[in-house]
Amino acid sequence: MRQRNKGTTAALLGMMLALALLCSYIETLLPLPLPVPGIKIGLANLVVLTALYLLGAKEAFAVSLARIILSGFLFGNMFAVVYSLAGGILSFCVMLLLKQVWKYHILTVSVAGGISHNLGQLLVAALVVENANLLYYMSVLFFSGLATGAVIGLISREVILRLNEIGGTK
Amino acid sequence: MEDRIQLRKLNKKDVVLLLLLVGAAAALLAWFWFGHQEKGAMVEVTVDGELYGTYPLKENREIPITSQTSRNGKEAVNYLVISDGSADMVQADCPDKLCVRQAAISHVGETIICLPNRVVVTITGEEAALTDTTIH
Repeated sequence: MRQRNKGTTAALLGMMLALALLCSYIETLLPLPLPVPGIKIGLANLVVLTALYLLGAKEAFAVSLARIILSGFLFGNMFAVVYSLAGGILSFCVMLLLKQVWKYHILTVSVAGGISHNLGQLLVAALVVENANLLYYMSVLFFSGLATGAVIGLISREVILRLNEIGGTK
Repeated sequence: MEDRIQLRKLNKKDVVLLLLLVGAAAALLAWFWFGHQEKGAMVEVTVDGELYGTYPLKENREIPITSQTSRNGKEAVNYLVISDGSADMVQADCPDKLCVRQAAISHVGETIICLPNRVVVTITGEEAALTDTTIH
């Protein structure tokens, strides 16, 4: 890509959004056999992280937001969107903080993102059912957020290093 | 510029934070695993945060739990079955049916949750068994 302008950025974001939605779709095909609602591989975060490092915060946030809302429409569960949004927004803020302000490594950023995404969803769920017993799941969600965050972080790193020519890292 | 972005090498602070998080995860998992060994005595059901009923685990029972679904305010029913000392959600009017897929519970602190219908089923211990209040 020789020249980067609003047009190419918009096209790139559109493509990333499509990829993120594909990731969401793939996740619906893999029912994780855990007795806890809301455990996901977080594959879409792969795209969000890549966008964050290659295009910037606003762009990555747009992809994340659009992905969450659209996947609610597309994959039939509008109800879950509010939980995903809570997790997604918290996760994004945490990742941004760790990346821009505290200058942590991408692996750490992704791990923190994974953990906070799950915790965000859990907190909102506990508020909605007005019952703190849900926090019984916190340990499982914390661990899965950490593990999936680590894997996604490592993969993202490889992708970003190779896509570097798009315009350098941010 | 790349050192600013922290893509290549892990710094000390990364190792510190990651170890901290792994430690926290291990501690939480240990608490989860060892903290839920006590066999329960009562099944407590709440809907929208309010107590729906408490039932003894040792009595086999079928409990229809009525609630108003989040989607359109219509009445929804979750079917909870207590048998052989454990409680399991066998059927539910909800979009994701995650509550049905959750395994049967029998230890203190374990829960089955139906988020769309805001139903929470918990196992409580002997002390709570003093009052057998079945509201529904």
